[in-house]
Amino acid sequence: MNEYNFAYLDEQTKRMIRRAILKGLAVPGYQVPFASREMPMPYGWGTGGVQVSAATLTPDDVFKVIDQGADDTTNAVSIRKFFEKTAGVATTEETEKATIIQTRHRIPEAPLRADQILVYQVPIPEPLRFLEPRETETRKMHSLQEYGLMHVKLYEDISQHGAISTAYAYPVRVADRYVMDPSPIPKFDNPKLEMDAIQLFGAGREQRIYAVPPHTRVVSLDFEDYPFEASKADHACDLCGAEDSYLDEVITDDAGDRMFVCSDTDYCRSRREAGHQGRLAQEDAA
Amino acid sequence: MIELIDVSKSFTLHNQGGAVIPVMAGASLQVGAGECMALTGASGAGKSTLMRVIYGNYLAASGQVRVGGLDVARAQPREILQLRRETLGYVSQFLRVVPRVPTLEVVAEPLLVQGCERQTALDKAAGLLQRLNIPEPLWRLSPTTFSGGEQQRVNIARGFAHDYPALLLDEPTASLDARNRETVLSLIQEAKARGAAIIGIFHDQEARDRVCSRVVDVTQFAPGAAA
Amino acid sequence: MTPLLQVNGIEKRYGARIGCRDVSFDLYPGEVMGIVGESGSGKSTLLNCLAGHLKPDAGQVIFDTRADGPVDTVTMSEPARRMLGRTDWAFVHQHARDGLRMSVSAGGNIGERLMAVGSRHYGQIRGQALDWLGRVEIAESRVDDRPSAFSGGMQQRLQIARNLVTGPRLVFMDEPTGGLDVSVQARLLDLLRGLVREMGLSAIIVTHDLAVVRLLADRLMVMKDGEVVEAGLTDQVLDDPQHAYTQLLVSSVLQV
Repeated sequence: MNEYNFAYLDEQTKRMIRRAILKGLAVPGYQVPFASREMPMPYGWGTGGVQVSAATLTPDDVFKVIDQGADDTTNAVSIRKFFEKTAGVATTEETEKATIIQTRHRIPEAPLRADQILVYQVPIPEPLRFLEPRETETRKMHSLQEYGLMHVKLYEDISQHGAISTAYAYPVRVADRYVMDPSPIPKFDNPKLEMDAIQLFGAGREQRIYAVPPHTRVVSLDFEDYPFEASKADHACDLCGAEDSYLDEVITDDAGDRMFVCSDTDYCRSRREAGHQGRLAQEDAA
Repeated sequence: MIELIDVSKSFTLHNQGGAVIPVMAGASLQVGAGECMALTGASGAGKSTLMRVIYGNYLAASGQVRVGGLDVARAQPREILQLRRETLGYVSQFLRVVPRVPTLEVVAEPLLVQGCERQTALDKAAGLLQRLNIPEPLWRLSPTTFSGGEQQRVNIARGFAHDYPALLLDEPTASLDARNRETVLSLIQEAKARGAAIIGIFHDQEARDRVCSRVVDVTQFAPGAAA
Repeated sequence: MTPLLQVNGIEKRYGARIGCRDVSFDLYPGEVMGIVGESGSGKSTLLNCLAGHLKPDAGQVIFDTRADGPVDTVTMSEPARRMLGRTDWAFVHQHARDGLRMSVSAGGNIGERLMAVGSRHYGQIRGQALDWLGRVEIAESRVDDRPSAFSGGMQQRLQIARNLVTGPRLVFMDEPTGGLDVSVQARLLDLLRGLVREMGLSAIIVTHDLAVVRLLADRLMVMKDGEVVEAGLTDQVLDDPQHAYTQLLVSSVLQV
């Protein structure tokens, strides 16, 4: 603990980031610019989320990291270790026990509480970017609420695929004001964006922080005749039998056999511990 | 209906040393409703120039050009446009149209721009084309590919589509065969009968004598001649 | 009758250089005005000042809005001006790729303005897109193709459809036929003329092509060195030009 300041970042930087976070909470969905620091990991590995977590952590917090639902992938393990080492905080894989959860591409299946904070890693914070490359123009579009373009993207989806095929990073309107990219979470998770916990979004390379305060209205954009649908694979988890969770498809051999498992590893484990069993649970156990 | 008071016209050629070429001075004339006046004079005497001054195509240097109460020499562009839409028709020697527009539409256009019901306008256009012996299969084609005589007849049909209270006709019977010439002359008679004031240029003396009640020799408006 | 657009003393400078100066005119509903002049004469600068793309250094551009009557668009709030740009105004660029989203299908391009003003029914948006493709003579089967797969003339017609779908009252056009084959130009001119009449549009067309203004414009303004040197009825200005520069311009056109 002598080598680093608590949670790696110096206090002035954390102060700057906290100000950005507070501003983000005050203006839900608005992208607040911040002076993103160089972190000891490459861009794309969660530098934005890590800075937000660092500025949010207190010594009493219990920290959890999710990478696409899992606690045990490289990215999740390395970020968890990073804060174990630089902040000395307790870590956990259990959603229930965590006070701050940094996530990449998922929202946990278990509902979050008011005393928890969810920190998202965001690659590209600007939802209008792929249609309008000019930053000056997208900022103006946000300030004037000129959001027709967002629907052009959905129109294109329907005209090409017969349905809104955008499956992740599905754009939402926050508190009837800003259109926001919820980071690349599956659209299955979109309804969960209205929750009891604080949600913070950090984009390190793009130097933006934004937030959704608890109990904020978050509406997924759609058409009257093509309403939003939170879709998932039409299966139950092969391990825990859950029918309400987001599933990963896993190819199990060269013959094309496959299985569906909960993407949220903690959710799946806790269900199995509670005695739930899926189609392949016996084999797995064996 | 049409009244010119002491109208003069000159061209200033800025790119040829600023040479000023006076072409007309002291032109005064009057044409009332139901009257047809012929302009005469040798080629180059200024007949077409006078017509163009009346139509607002050439800007009069001085004097008044009153058509239906409007002084064309001093009117705003939109007043002249309105005048041309509603009051003053002009059959020039050349057909100028947007390529690709069918003949029937070309003829009906003066009616359509006034908000005339589409079918009524097309019916009237068809009637005129029929009278002027334009074969029906050609109506759907653009007149740009037509022969000179056919273009001339399309131009006439267009000029007579709307019942203008005042009409300018530049050689309406030129290059027409006897049958079509008759049709054009009767169109002019009909226009006179409904009270149109007409000024025309006719090289064809017999035609001129048949429809015109008065003749004005524009040579008298040549600069210097009036003085 | 109230003019649709009243332009008073527009001036735009680029540092010491004059873009355009002392331009004033009124445009009435249904009128089409051409602005001609050589490259650098200030005609495009003027058009951009009128359309709100450039802020003039002096002058007023008063537009007769549907809701509030005549309002100076130079001093109106930016959101209001941008709203005009999506509803009552349209801008047709010389290069279709400046006015189209090249990565969005033809239908999406046409639908964008509808969605921008709040249309949220896919079926209706698509229906209008198909209708407009027909009106600009593009096969309905091309509705899901991207404009990059279209010919230059088709791109330009698509740009026009995209602009006119919200039923604007004033269309700004910057060299709309520039860079097109003559036969394609003719078709476009014919189409524009038809639409102008059908929809009762007013238009301001900047071009250096005198044939284009003769066919499309009722009135003409001739610009040189940032100033209007002559204005009047199109045929009068072309057939009886008064100013030395206009005479030069008219006499420079090759007769076909």
